[in-house]
Amino acid sequence: MPRAKLVLEALAFVALAVIVWLVPHHVSDFHARELASVGIYFIALLGLAILTGYSGQISLGHGAFMAIGGYTTAILSVDHGVRDLWTIPIAGVVAGVAGLLVGIPALRLSGVYLALVTFGIAVAFPQLLKKYEHLTGGTTGKILTLPRAELGVHTTPNRWLYYLAWTIALVLLAVAWALVRGRPGRTMQAVRDSEVAASSSGVSIAVVKTLAFGVSAFYAGVAGALYAISVFYVNPETFPILLSVWLLVGLAVGGLGSLAGLIGGAALVYYLQNHADAVARWANHLPGLAVDPKQPGIPSIVFGAVLIIVMLVLPTGIGGLLRRVLYPLTSRLYSRS
Amino acid sequence: MIVAAFTWSEFAEQVVAGLASGAVYAGLALAIVLIYRTTGTINFAQGEMATFTTFIAWSLMNHGLTFWEAFPIVIAIAFVGGIAIERTVMRPFERGPVVTSVIVTLGLALVLNGLMSVIWGGGDRTFDGGFSTRTIKFAGAHISVQYIGMIGMLAVLVVLLALFFRFTKVGLALRASALNAASSRLVGVRVGWMFALGWGLAAVVGAIAGLLIAPIESLGPNMMQVILLYAFAAAVLGGLDSPVGAVVGGLLLGLVITLVGRYVGYVGQTLKLPVALLLILGLLVVRPGGLFGRVAARRV
Repeated sequence: MPRAKLVLEALAFVALAVIVWLVPHHVSDFHARELASVGIYFIALLGLAILTGYSGQISLGHGAFMAIGGYTTAILSVDHGVRDLWTIPIAGVVAGVAGLLVGIPALRLSGVYLALVTFGIAVAFPQLLKKYEHLTGGTTGKILTLPRAELGVHTTPNRWLYYLAWTIALVLLAVAWALVRGRPGRTMQAVRDSEVAASSSGVSIAVVKTLAFGVSAFYAGVAGALYAISVFYVNPETFPILLSVWLLVGLAVGGLGSLAGLIGGAALVYYLQNHADAVARWANHLPGLAVDPKQPGIPSIVFGAVLIIVMLVLPTGIGGLLRRVLYPLTSRLYSRS
Repeated sequence: MIVAAFTWSEFAEQVVAGLASGAVYAGLALAIVLIYRTTGTINFAQGEMATFTTFIAWSLMNHGLTFWEAFPIVIAIAFVGGIAIERTVMRPFERGPVVTSVIVTLGLALVLNGLMSVIWGGGDRTFDGGFSTRTIKFAGAHISVQYIGMIGMLAVLVVLLALFFRFTKVGLALRASALNAASSRLVGVRVGWMFALGWGLAAVVGAIAGLLIAPIESLGPNMMQVILLYAFAAAVLGGLDSPVGAVVGGLLLGLVITLVGRYVGYVGQTLKLPVALLLILGLLVVRPGGLFGRVAARRV
């Protein structure tokens, strides 16, 4: 890779970190909380991008890995008195191991079959949570303590959540970036593009694909742990089937094979889920439309319509758009270097 | 762990009930397979499409039509509606990646679900089907006429579809464009319209599944969501590119989960779904293409 590109990407990362650091000073407490949720989605999307975007395995079951992470945090902090902050890496590891276990049978499946089987996992998981009540609390779930600032930081719980989510998100973004730009990423892309060619070049397809599943599930587990901490309860409804679907939607909107674009995907998924009525209110300004944004069903219609329109307008996602806009500007730098 | 005393007559009742719910899964799975085979897309909106047409039947019946008078009208609306959706919503994504068109069908499902809430309201309501709900006594077992009707309806549907695909020119053209779009185009098949026709047929098959299940589940915008999951499972079990597989997979799934849910106490009602998925996962590890599916040889 040209050195100029490396420098540019590092600069972009630093710029992002500065923005992330400055934002809470300019937004309300409530918006900081909303942005924390976007950061949590962003972490889960990073994991999904490694799996689907780079190793080419479609997962519709990442909500289940998030649930494993969330429940790990809940069980450790409620039943075993571990401070919630320290449960986050454990949650990631537990989900990662689960991901490795799913990754092994997934080796035999490809494309749509894998998508449907992982979807099945997402569907079945809440049932397991209800069945094993003594561990998970059944349908009531578990109630965590309210989030509060730790490590000597003095700030409101919402801003604390923001800093926590985005610090972890930036660290994991850097890790993901190093991963996909380095040798692991190249082997994953080789496997995605041609398994035969990759294995004839000495790549062990089984190892690469299973590891991609494990790493991806680790990210989802961390995101799930943060989610549990931020809403401070978990029950089988906390991680619904649709969550897995929204994650895939966020990935497609952010753009397969683009890490920075995923922030846009995460934002779209969060805001459409929670503020579809705002879009409906805005749509009322169009001539001939008079909808009541509070009517049940309207948010669903808006969400669906926006999805279809986004796919129509941005088939390569926000990442693809960024590339198309930035490439003419930055490609000159590469050729001179 | 057997919960209750076992009797053969009850077993027979459970088998019929399992096959009846299996018939509905099979119908919806067949619709999914029809679209997958013709266009390569998994249609997540199949369930909402079926619920939508069932609501249309409900409205017609509220205006004084009987079930069997409303039936052909609903089928015609489903057919035209399916074609219209393919031509307007899906067509721009025909050549794009699978992930994109899958997400578009998800968007479609959301739009249809919202529309149903807006038009008919969210609550559940009863739906009188075309079959009597009384039971007939057969060798000591009480068999519901409705269940027999559901299984019979699926059988008729499957035979009609098989005849259509085998003995009509359009059926041949449909099969050809599914198999090799480029060559079909060269011999004059209008492949784009075949895709639309595939969607139309799938909408009809789905509509029938909806009409069959509505008297059992109550009719609401979310009626088909769980059934769609079972239909996916059935389609994967049979092999996504095999219509025969979808039917066998659906019946088998209905039978197994009904019997396991009834007779294996530990599984009960909560673990039915995970057990079904575990079975399918196990099968797929052995046979990655499902029971009847083909695993395409890849060119190096």
